[in-house]
Amino acid sequence: MNFGSLDLNTVWFILIGVLFTGYAMLDGFDLGVGALHLFTKKDEHRRLMLNAIGPVWDGNEVWLVTGGGALFAAFPNVYATVFSGFYLAFVLLLVALIFRAVAIEFRSKQPMGWWRQMWDVGFAGGSILSSLLIGIAMGNIAWGIPLDERGEFAGTFLSLLHPYALLLGVTTLALFMMHGAIYAAMKTEGPLHEKLRGWINQCIIFFIICYAVTTMATLLYVPHLAARVRANPWLFSIALVNMLAIANIPREIHHGRDGRAFISSGVAMMALMGLFGLEMFPNLVLSNPDLAHNLTIYNAASSTKTLGIMLTIAIIGVPIVLAYTVSIYWIFRGKVKLDRMSY
Amino acid sequence: MLSRVQFALTTAFHYLYPPLSIGLGIMLVLMEGLWLKTNQPVYHQMARFWTKVFALTFAIGVATGIVLEFEFGTNWATYSRYVGDVFGSALAAEGIFAFFLESGFLAVLLFGWDKVSRPVHFFATCMVCLGAHFSAIWIVVANSWMQTPAGFHIVGEGIKARAEITDFWAMVFNPSSMDRLFHTLCGAWQAGAFLVVSVSAWYLLKKCHADFARASLRIGLIVGLLASLLQVVSGHSSAQGVAKNQPAKLAAFEGRYDTRTHAPLALVGWVDEKNERFLFNVGIPGMLSWLAHGDTSKEVIGLREFKLEDRPPVNAVFQFYHLMVGVGLGMVAVAGLGFLYFWRGSLFEKRWLLWLLVLSVLGPQIGNQMGWFSAEVGRQPWIVHGLLRTSAGLSAVVQANAVRTSILLFSAVYLLLFAVFLYLLNDKIQHGPDAADLMPTGKLAWPTREKP
Repeated sequence: MNFGSLDLNTVWFILIGVLFTGYAMLDGFDLGVGALHLFTKKDEHRRLMLNAIGPVWDGNEVWLVTGGGALFAAFPNVYATVFSGFYLAFVLLLVALIFRAVAIEFRSKQPMGWWRQMWDVGFAGGSILSSLLIGIAMGNIAWGIPLDERGEFAGTFLSLLHPYALLLGVTTLALFMMHGAIYAAMKTEGPLHEKLRGWINQCIIFFIICYAVTTMATLLYVPHLAARVRANPWLFSIALVNMLAIANIPREIHHGRDGRAFISSGVAMMALMGLFGLEMFPNLVLSNPDLAHNLTIYNAASSTKTLGIMLTIAIIGVPIVLAYTVSIYWIFRGKVKLDRMSY
Repeated sequence: MLSRVQFALTTAFHYLYPPLSIGLGIMLVLMEGLWLKTNQPVYHQMARFWTKVFALTFAIGVATGIVLEFEFGTNWATYSRYVGDVFGSALAAEGIFAFFLESGFLAVLLFGWDKVSRPVHFFATCMVCLGAHFSAIWIVVANSWMQTPAGFHIVGEGIKARAEITDFWAMVFNPSSMDRLFHTLCGAWQAGAFLVVSVSAWYLLKKCHADFARASLRIGLIVGLLASLLQVVSGHSSAQGVAKNQPAKLAAFEGRYDTRTHAPLALVGWVDEKNERFLFNVGIPGMLSWLAHGDTSKEVIGLREFKLEDRPPVNAVFQFYHLMVGVGLGMVAVAGLGFLYFWRGSLFEKRWLLWLLVLSVLGPQIGNQMGWFSAEVGRQPWIVHGLLRTSAGLSAVVQANAVRTSILLFSAVYLLLFAVFLYLLNDKIQHGPDAADLMPTGKLAWPTREKP
């Protein structure tokens, strides 16, 4: 790997990585809260959970939309290949995201029990399915998908559901659940808070089991990624950061510092995404079995001119976005209270 | 073909909502602005009530919008490869400049009433409205580029060929983008204004929430009338642009096969595409030449100038377009009448007119849908005018069965969504504005708080 010459293509590889990492860290917690939603039984608790993510979830989802838009603009071939290749998977993801979105919006608009239960199931189901599908997509990209010489996908929907991809799907779900539980604990108080603290530990254990299995499976069955780690032993340091960050979570929770636990969990996610990115670089989609058809940051990219224009747009836009995103999280800091504008 | 059906279906459904968000966004800014200026509680009540309606339309708008962005990749992969270099940057810009702004400040707009001060909340409302307008700008720019491509060149050959950008600003300000943007925005303002008008008129008919309804109706009618008048101007300017840039489309709008001077403007009619004839035609002689080129003796190009495979479906486009124009002029009349009687003070006794105003909410929606149909169907057979045919833009690897499945899935989900949306909207309207909203609480009450 040579990072000496930082060209526009590499910059965009990093930027898209940042966008998707941002998405995972932000929408990750609200998907996780959704996945845990049905475990709370009391209506008041469910409303508290919903309102913890209430003001921010759709802003979080915009990271996915912008990530998709940036991918379209910077690497149109990847966008076209992956989206048309994973057709049914993406349609399912869209339906799941729609259900979640409107379930949040509609659930508390009516007091009837069946109405709320229906949207609760929609919210939780949508969240779980979205998390699984995101993980499965990542798994396929890491494992490699059959590509022909034009870079078109040559497999079927069912061929995407191989064990390694499913394993990554479950791992992603576990990661989001852990992240979501910590976020929810940070935003609540009283009995619900106590309950969530218990769940955090269970989620961590669930995640660590999944993570360990995934790591073993990667080293054993995904030789191209394992070889990359062997050739660059310093990648272990990132894995170490990841492990330390996860180990730090129970410690912070024990001391009652939910905010720091949340930051730890965020750092763990960043390390995971960083590791994934570094193992893939400079490839964007691996072709398996024929490695010659890999989509890389060069053969799948837009023209240098477009990448340059986009960089200007990003340099103007991203700092503004970050500034007001931070201020909005600041406005809604502290524990959630239900009032008449709440969901 | 199936992908076209799916895209048309999902876009048509999506396009019910963003115009409402944009239009209501403007209305919210006006209402809250008036409240800050006059300190009259009724404006605060209005802003609170319409914010709830806004939240409903926004949620569905976002959820169905993501579908559209993804469909470029899932169903139109070849198109995406071909134009990603140009088209993608407009979409990415929309994400960064518009969506973040809109969704971020929406949080403050919806949940921040008691958390921030009045000016901060007003600022958030303005930002949401601005974000909604930005998103219209970028998406209309992207779509206009498909109508009148500019600022690019073609690189590579055969299946490797693709459009690459040469001049970003030429792409943004392509020949049709500004006309079409203005036209779309006017349509959106109408959609928002007439929703307010309709609900207020209904309250007046039912004799409830009278103060609220009168104040809302006034703002709604003024914005509605202005937007409807502007819409006629922008429609005219758009059509002139079409005459210049996409003559085949204008010929289809008007169902004209022969090229001639003193071309008449068709008012109604039915196009017999097989025999290239025009039935039941009622028209104004010379009017089309005059409207399109400002001179009755100028030539208007007919469809026979174009090869059969380069013509759009004529009759459908003709009907869509004429329905849109009819609705557009009708809206001017309705808004004009409403405003006239409102001004003379006798509107509230005229029940027939109030009923007409209740129904007026459908006008902009029909107009917007028909306008979009005529713009998109009129561009056929091209996906990018003159460059790439729609049939060549499809995903190479997606099977018809997969598309059939997804169409069924989306149709079912969207029907459900639409039913729930109408149910909740009706519920909100029946419930009416909250009397409690007449008294701002928390930080919002600061101007009346006594200073120590």
